[in-house]
Amino acid sequence: MAYRWGMAVDIDKCTGCEACVTACHAENNIPTVSPQQASRGRAMHWIRVERYYEGNFPDVRVKFRPVLCQQCDNAPCEAVCPTYAAHHNEDGLNAQVYNRCIGTRYCANACTYNVRFFNFFNPEWPKPLNLQLNPDVSIREVGVMEKCTFCVQRIKAAKTAAKAENRAIVDGALQPACAQACPTSAIVFGDLNDPNSRVARLAKSPRGTKLLEDLGAEPKITYLSKQPWHESDAY
Amino acid sequence: MNRTLTKPFTDDMVRPVMNTTVWFWAIVLATGTVVACGAAAWAYQLWYGIGVSGKRWPTFWALYLTNFVFWIGISHAGTLISAILRLVNAGWRRPVTRVAEVITVFALMIGAMFPIIHLGRPWLAFWLFPYPSAREIWPNFRSPLAWDFFAINTYLTGSLLFLLLPMIPDFATIRDRATGWRKKVYGTLSFGWRGTTKQWNRLESAMQIMAIAILPVAVSVHTIVSFDFSMANVPMWHSTIFGPYFVAGAIFSGIAALIIAMAALRKALGFEKYLLPLHFDNLGKLLLLMSILWGYFVFNERLTVWYGNEHHEMAVFWATQRGQFAPLYWTMVVCNFVVPIAILSNPYTRNIVGCVIASCGVVVGMWLERFLIVVPSLNHKALPYAWGNYTPTPVELYIMAATFAAMILLYTLFAKFVPIIAIWEMKAGDFVHPPQQGIGAGDPHRIDTAAAPSSTGAVS
Repeated sequence: MAYRWGMAVDIDKCTGCEACVTACHAENNIPTVSPQQASRGRAMHWIRVERYYEGNFPDVRVKFRPVLCQQCDNAPCEAVCPTYAAHHNEDGLNAQVYNRCIGTRYCANACTYNVRFFNFFNPEWPKPLNLQLNPDVSIREVGVMEKCTFCVQRIKAAKTAAKAENRAIVDGALQPACAQACPTSAIVFGDLNDPNSRVARLAKSPRGTKLLEDLGAEPKITYLSKQPWHESDAY
Repeated sequence: MNRTLTKPFTDDMVRPVMNTTVWFWAIVLATGTVVACGAAAWAYQLWYGIGVSGKRWPTFWALYLTNFVFWIGISHAGTLISAILRLVNAGWRRPVTRVAEVITVFALMIGAMFPIIHLGRPWLAFWLFPYPSAREIWPNFRSPLAWDFFAINTYLTGSLLFLLLPMIPDFATIRDRATGWRKKVYGTLSFGWRGTTKQWNRLESAMQIMAIAILPVAVSVHTIVSFDFSMANVPMWHSTIFGPYFVAGAIFSGIAALIIAMAALRKALGFEKYLLPLHFDNLGKLLLLMSILWGYFVFNERLTVWYGNEHHEMAVFWATQRGQFAPLYWTMVVCNFVVPIAILSNPYTRNIVGCVIASCGVVVGMWLERFLIVVPSLNHKALPYAWGNYTPTPVELYIMAATFAAMILLYTLFAKFVPIIAIWEMKAGDFVHPPQQGIGAGDPHRIDTAAAPSSTGAVS
């Protein structure tokens, strides 16, 4: 049976430590940019931790929401790409083929979640980060769009290993860098086609919601959080 | 002798081709310098990457796409207006058609440059051609950008033919009067035109076919340009009104560009005898109509968004209505609606100067309209966390200035090498245009309408 990779992110567990962001940068050879360029909107974080503040000072609560490519089933980015650089692969991932990309940036405009990032310049890493690049991940040149792949290099490796042993990938054995780095295990990754996988069960949780679900992109990431209707004192 | 257009007319038309003035060199030098600066800016961008422009996350489209839509809009001046006037056989069209058609071709060439300038890897732009290649992949025909590519190429090809076909008899006229290398060049360009009845008939029917064929193409081009925006689920882009709204805006800005070009030619080449106040009056009325239509579309677009009160869209709505973009928005309304209506609805101010002032306002206003469509929506997409703020950089402004200079440069060069008013069409109007024929009645160049001479066939 084909895989259908999905994710569940428990917002109530997220401490906003940004370990996922750092791990993603290291795993996927994401270039760093200078503070000046970052202030001009050129920073690239395939996963980011959005902060939302509730209440008024000094009684303030902050909520964190890690946002990465939602790997939509009905992805707005895919249809608009004139060169099939953005396309749906057999595992249901929104794949990005860097070599096909000519840089129209239409996909990034169509993306509701703003999780696509553009190489405005050729990539650079301050020393010694240039010595820790991941050999399994290609480096993207100037003019190319990139985004979260659910660590497709790890998926490929796990599939190859599983095929060699003639078995399916064991649930939990395969993790993208962000899930692996999360100290509170807020991020759970797995196969949505396997009804017994952790992620498939969490996706059905009454605590689960989808980001901007009303826009109809059918994202494959479920955000888990305490819902107002669970707080008996709230209503 | 009933004809009003005689030898001095042909002399007037051919004179710019034969004689080169100091003004010609001054304009070519000035605009050429600006174009060279723009080319250098583009080279700089190619070398360092698209990051030297102001584009950013999340405003991935900005000034280049604004100019793309603006110039494609300007291109609706010519072919569309000229084709309509030809089909309804409006007699006053004759000195206007070529002036307009040239704007189309050059504005399209300039506009079509922008998607390429805007690409991250422009050297791979040819991947939009559906050709069998080692990559074993077609362009994605679901993408509005692929539709755009075909629509613009079709329109450019059609407009070029529409411009070139009626130039053949005029090239022959120059050939017959020129000597030396000019005779050779124009002889080649006139494709062996001898002015036989057969050739005239072929030309006339070819122009009829082209005029009919180009109309749906012109309408579809700007509709498809609008699809680049309206197909994406972005606040205030995703709107069914965008197709007709863009086409109306395109014709609106196109007429304005045509009026400015006609006024400039009138002064520069001394065509006061041929480009008459009547032409400006007629085009001014057309501009007035389009201004009202434009206001109607904007009212529709804004009212439905405001009444619908959908919160993603309201962020964009208020940013343009009374927020950061409000100064640009209200300037646009004044330039596109208040000024043209104030000037053009009054017959006393609908003179040449008034038409030019209104047209300048419309060109500025329509550029702002394109900017206000592209940028505020991308600055305020659905996730408030990911809002951004775009500011243009000098590189973008240089390239933009260069395209305006390029338009003037190309137009000047064209008016130098080709008679900018169709000689034969003017003569045909003088000879065979029957008076009092529907909308075609009232050819301003006719004095004696009673005794039109029978067709003498070849006019050269």
